[in-house]
Amino acid sequence: MTFDAPTIDYAGLSPIITMTAGLVLLVLVAVFDGVKRTAPAIALLTLATTAGLLIWQWDADTPLLNGSLQIDGLAVVFSLLVVISAAAAVLLTIGDPSEHQAGRPDFLALLMASVLGMVMLTMASNLITFFIALELFSIPLYALCGTNLRKRESLEAGLKYLIIGSVGSATLLYGMALIYGASAATDFTGIASGLTEGGLISDSLTLVGVGMIAVGLAFKISIAPFHQWTPDVYQGAPTPVTAFMSAATKLAAFAVFIRFFLVALEPMAAEWDVILAALATISILVGNVGAIAQSSLKRMLGYSGVAQAGYMLAGIVVATQQGVDALTFYLAAYLAMNMAAFAAIVIHERQSGFSDSIESLRGIGRSNPLVAWPLTIAMLALAGLPPTAGFIGKLYLFQALVEADWTWLGVMIAIGTMISLVYYMRVVATIWMSPASDASLQVPSGEPGVDLDSPRRWYLVLPAILGSAAAIFFGIIPQPLVEFAQHAGNALAALIS
Amino acid sequence: MLSAILWTPLAFGLISLLAPRRFAPWVAGTGTLITLVLAAIVAIGFDSSQGLQYVVDVTWIPGLGINYSLGIDGISVFLVLLTALAWVPAVAFTASRGTDRAGLFYFMLLAGQTATLGAFLAQDLLLFVLFFDLMIVPFYFLFGIWGSDREGVTAGSATVKMIVFTLIGSLLMLVGAVAVGVIAADGGQLTFNMAELAEKGLPSGSQNWIFWFFAAAFLVKMPAFPLHGWMPDAYRAAPLPALAVFSAVLSKVGAYGFLKVVLPIMPDAVELFQTTMLIIALGSIIYGSVMAFTKIDLRLILGFSSVAQLGFITLGIFALDSTGANGALLQMINHGLVVVPAFLIVALIAERTGSEDIGPMGGLAKKAPVFAVIFLIVTMGTLAIPGSANFIGEFYILNGVFNTDVAIAIIASSGVALAAFYALRMYQRTMHNPLPEGSDSREISVRDGLMIVPIVLIMIVLAFCPQIILGDTRDSVDATVAVSKEAAQ
Repeated sequence: MTFDAPTIDYAGLSPIITMTAGLVLLVLVAVFDGVKRTAPAIALLTLATTAGLLIWQWDADTPLLNGSLQIDGLAVVFSLLVVISAAAAVLLTIGDPSEHQAGRPDFLALLMASVLGMVMLTMASNLITFFIALELFSIPLYALCGTNLRKRESLEAGLKYLIIGSVGSATLLYGMALIYGASAATDFTGIASGLTEGGLISDSLTLVGVGMIAVGLAFKISIAPFHQWTPDVYQGAPTPVTAFMSAATKLAAFAVFIRFFLVALEPMAAEWDVILAALATISILVGNVGAIAQSSLKRMLGYSGVAQAGYMLAGIVVATQQGVDALTFYLAAYLAMNMAAFAAIVIHERQSGFSDSIESLRGIGRSNPLVAWPLTIAMLALAGLPPTAGFIGKLYLFQALVEADWTWLGVMIAIGTMISLVYYMRVVATIWMSPASDASLQVPSGEPGVDLDSPRRWYLVLPAILGSAAAIFFGIIPQPLVEFAQHAGNALAALIS
Repeated sequence: MLSAILWTPLAFGLISLLAPRRFAPWVAGTGTLITLVLAAIVAIGFDSSQGLQYVVDVTWIPGLGINYSLGIDGISVFLVLLTALAWVPAVAFTASRGTDRAGLFYFMLLAGQTATLGAFLAQDLLLFVLFFDLMIVPFYFLFGIWGSDREGVTAGSATVKMIVFTLIGSLLMLVGAVAVGVIAADGGQLTFNMAELAEKGLPSGSQNWIFWFFAAAFLVKMPAFPLHGWMPDAYRAAPLPALAVFSAVLSKVGAYGFLKVVLPIMPDAVELFQTTMLIIALGSIIYGSVMAFTKIDLRLILGFSSVAQLGFITLGIFALDSTGANGALLQMINHGLVVVPAFLIVALIAERTGSEDIGPMGGLAKKAPVFAVIFLIVTMGTLAIPGSANFIGEFYILNGVFNTDVAIAIIASSGVALAAFYALRMYQRTMHNPLPEGSDSREISVRDGLMIVPIVLIMIVLAFCPQIILGDTRDSVDATVAVSKEAAQ
């Protein structure tokens, strides 16, 4: 009996190999005091190399490791976005109190492990790799949320995320078992053919399995009603971590969402589209209504993230290539706006002694343009106003929805956006239209991490400016981003009829 | 050429944002003057016997089927000119009084001009929606940052209310616009070109719901009763020069939208909902007039009188009669020309009396005959006295409605009488009666006169020869109305 080892396509695997090498290097650096300072540089270098290799693999469309992973347009586009989000997080982390307390290289090693998991997840095309990658990105994130060791809320956030995230993972795993039972396959294309041939498409156990997988992913993306952890964790976690996970977890989870639902479960699209549409609607309403009453900026962005996830989910409901394109565009735009918003919040927090209440932004428009402008642009973009990428993103989604006869879901998005104007515009009004209050002038100095010069730190200002510039640029000249998004959709074109 | 008109204000706005503080007014003023000259050249070169002119058509987002396509026709030509004209005194007035954070103010004001011009020039439906949404953003900042807090309502909360109200309609319109394109394409090549959409036509079932999505956006923007809830607070908060252009021009974009988008693309729905729209218009006329009569704040008197005037304009459009629609378009221009000087006069009155409430006012005409005459002409325009261009506009409108529905026309006529009540009351309370303590009857200065008198002169010229406007607009308006008429038969 001969045994054929699987052929390994090292070119396709190179991004994962690089990330792993960078991760190992960071762990080693953590041991030696003399080189600890270089950790952010190593992390950025790793991310840059990964991005370069991903661009090198731009046109790739090959299965890796016996089909357990797949590098194609979808994987490359989503991985690139994840890597950009991670690079911003690395920059924002410099000087954060959580980084001091957890140890700089250790903190970054956790971050890199999470990114590695996300990159793998965008390529996952097999239930096994799907689950492993999901856990690989989740577990370091649980720890990262709790890295601000001296802050109760941070520890609480970490624990809460761990418990709820584990429930999500368990649900997901159970669903996978049921799907495997129905299709006798673990790879996504095998599941599709197994379900069709076995005639179990409308079998109730299969549907329960699909539902459990949807719920498990909904926990990760924070789709209502599985979102309860989101506001607490967003508020409690160190802000750079919130910045990272708000966009990157959505990116990675949506990548596998697309791949699993549009490839493996494509034969039963008629069964799950209504369920997902209902989830999207609930998410839009719950997120937007919940955000109105918030007084903490990060909590508000948490709820708004729930609503935004609802808009994005609509891109999967339609189950067309245009839906995937629109979703990818929206995610890329969302990444830009979030980067601008959170970078501005980080600058503001360090200057004001870590208050993230909306009230503390009073009069910032006059005193601190580097916080005010990125935050304003981010709010306008999140609200979907022209001339920002947020407007084009909504337009794209509307077009995909109307074309697939899901107009009512488009109307739901429009209604959700209207509600959202109340809280987004309140932030803008506080920034520009309220006189500075006396309270916001008192800066508690001496607290760890307070940095009165934060608006002059390039590593904080750079993500803020790049994010807001991208949000405006792609609102005026969206075609490059449209083509970028279509690259992801094209990868699935053959599979979606 | 049209691109130059469109982007000149924004370019100068950006320069004034970055320029040293004392140059900002000059840069902004130059920008508005250049825009005015360019718009005048286009208007003079406009050939009324042809349809769309000065066309620019470039692919903008091929992935979404959106084109950057501009053009000017009989409906938009004078509205563009009005927009270019209205901003000049607004900038000049602000410059003469000075303002806090001047660079940012002029940037926002001129960005608002670009957005408004864009809405009038766009020939691609989605481009129109984009500019329509964009208009409100700079005015949100203008009203909020430079506005004044009133008892119980801060400028910030008033403007949040305004933007939420207006965007409720706009977002539905965005869905509606996408639906128009997708349904009209019917699986074929996607286009949002308005002329092509009108030609392709929509199934009447789709028209019915899409109609209301558009109507919501336009009626809120006007504002029409009962969707005017945002208006009083926003008008009271706004800085007057910005309010002058807002009330003069932005409200017209809603009426323009009905004429340019709704009538040609959704003729079946227009025919079906004609009576409903006429009743809404009637409601606006009566409610606006009555409210204008009961308010003592000058801004609110003018604000509610706008509601009534826009009611007349809507009435004229939905008479679906060539005379009525021509009158509506004439009235849009007239009203714009009346409102700009009216709000600037309010500012002058406030400078003299220290108040904007007509209660404690009076006697301002005593030592200021020229000022009083200017205000009198504007007042007469507001109440549409026979001999004014506004009278001709309202006459055309009522004439059109008589052809359509006699009962509604008779009720609407009462609006003309009501206008006399509130307009004359406003004039009397401010200009006549004894001058109270603390008020100062000062003659209008030459500088302020230069800002207001030219527009008043244009009003007078139009009163004598409204054909200047009607001659150029008639063909386009008739073509638009004809589409709906065909549907009705």
